[in-house]
Amino acid sequence: MTPEEIRIKDKDTHAFLEVFDPEPEQARYGAGVLSGKTVAIKDNILFEGHKASAGSKILENFTAPYDATVVKKLKAAGATIVGRTNMDEFAMGSSTENSAYGVTKNPYDLTRVPGGSSGGSAGAVASGMCDMALGSDTGGSIRQPAAFCGVVGLKPTYGRVSRSGLIALASSLDQIGPFTKSVSDAEILYNVIKGQDALDSTTISEEAYPAQRKFSKVIGIPRTFVESEGIDESVKKNFKEVEERFRSLGYEIRDIELPHIKYSLATYYIIMPAEASSNLARFDGVKYGFHKDGKDVIEDYFKTRGEGFGREARRRIILGTYVLSSGYYDEYYGSALNMKKLITNEFIDAFEKVDLILTPTTPTPAFKLGEKTSDPLAMYLADIFTVPANIAGLPSISIPSGVIGNLPLGIELTAGLGREDNLFIAGKEFLGE
Amino acid sequence: MDKDKVLNLAKLARIEIGDEEAESLSSEFGAILGYVGEVKGVTSPQPLSLARRGEEGRGVSNVMREDVGPHESGLYTEKILEQAPAREGDYIKVKKIL
Repeated sequence: MTPEEIRIKDKDTHAFLEVFDPEPEQARYGAGVLSGKTVAIKDNILFEGHKASAGSKILENFTAPYDATVVKKLKAAGATIVGRTNMDEFAMGSSTENSAYGVTKNPYDLTRVPGGSSGGSAGAVASGMCDMALGSDTGGSIRQPAAFCGVVGLKPTYGRVSRSGLIALASSLDQIGPFTKSVSDAEILYNVIKGQDALDSTTISEEAYPAQRKFSKVIGIPRTFVESEGIDESVKKNFKEVEERFRSLGYEIRDIELPHIKYSLATYYIIMPAEASSNLARFDGVKYGFHKDGKDVIEDYFKTRGEGFGREARRRIILGTYVLSSGYYDEYYGSALNMKKLITNEFIDAFEKVDLILTPTTPTPAFKLGEKTSDPLAMYLADIFTVPANIAGLPSISIPSGVIGNLPLGIELTAGLGREDNLFIAGKEFLGE
Repeated sequence: MDKDKVLNLAKLARIEIGDEEAESLSSEFGAILGYVGEVKGVTSPQPLSLARRGEEGRGVSNVMREDVGPHESGLYTEKILEQAPAREGDYIKVKKIL
């Protein structure tokens, strides 16, 4: 599609914040496995000379002064970067309704959300406006919209992909990853963007997690967790069919127990706002971005941040300030860090016995626009199945698993640290690639 | 958490919010803290080390590098200053502090 064709097609869904005109420099970027492929990037990934606003008014006129490492890699592989996609402000949300630049709609049903926070990237791939897209996943922001839009979404192992040039939400959880139509394409894009990077000291080497276990087609299901309350009947029914499909492909299905996994979401909603409140302290109206004048320098901060941040960002920064404040730090943040380690160790133990863990990606199909905007806790629960992989740093992929009515559903496979290879094998077999 | 507490936290976070927002945040925080409070008091059977099991000294460690290989001086100066809301020459301009 030409940029103009994308702009016309995108009028319904508003997946893109900006569709770029052809780059005069394109020919000089490079040629490789992505030559001829069109790739969209989430609005929190820096592409030199282009705007990057993270869906926030506070970065309304911010132009990226350098390329994110993933963008450098896309260029070197020959990709055409077609535009920047809409997102919940600073990746805070599960519906792409928290963007300062309007709501994105689900291409399968324009009255429903595309998921979030990378809803624009998911929608752009689902409706064929680009071949592939990049998103970021802090608590499910790639996998949940992938499920809602019927595409493949991968969150790599923590540290696998450089975050240099990604606008940070929660640095102990954030990872960049691909949206694609097939698992094979996800593997191709993953191989392009991964790798240790001197510009991101949290990146890991190829040898960081040596394979401990040979892939032997054993899938574990945390049965109590997937049968917890609030799971839609359509999701339960689809999940049973998925189990049968894996059995018919020669997989052994085992029920497993992860006793503390049910605390993942609570843990997440302490750690994430804590880190967000710290990361977002840099937006002060002095160095870059939106500035609102007050009577003195301190009032400049209050007015800039009060007006520049949207409601969800204000909510999470204030919540994060609370859990880090004197008197509550140990009680909340300390407990959450301890729980994070406990959950991680349970997963590490589980992956000594199974190759993959299977859950639905989301407890329901895509919900209606506006349905959860007035109840933040209900919105947070949309991430119940995706958050554990971020807490434990594990690679995890959402794969289309069927439809209910016209709405797509997804299943989620999670593997041990560094074992993206297992996700690709099982995912390709499941989709018959 | 009452409204005044929310207003005080907003002050610590350098965010201007109105009374109405503080009021509604105070009830939302009640629900959210009630939910996340589940993690409190779930004591672990043994003290946990900083590293993940089986990777002590490897999974979590400080990553240091030599302080070498800087980019050419001034390479980004203009690009970065262009982003500042107010500048004076090669300085970012702010209001008087003292």
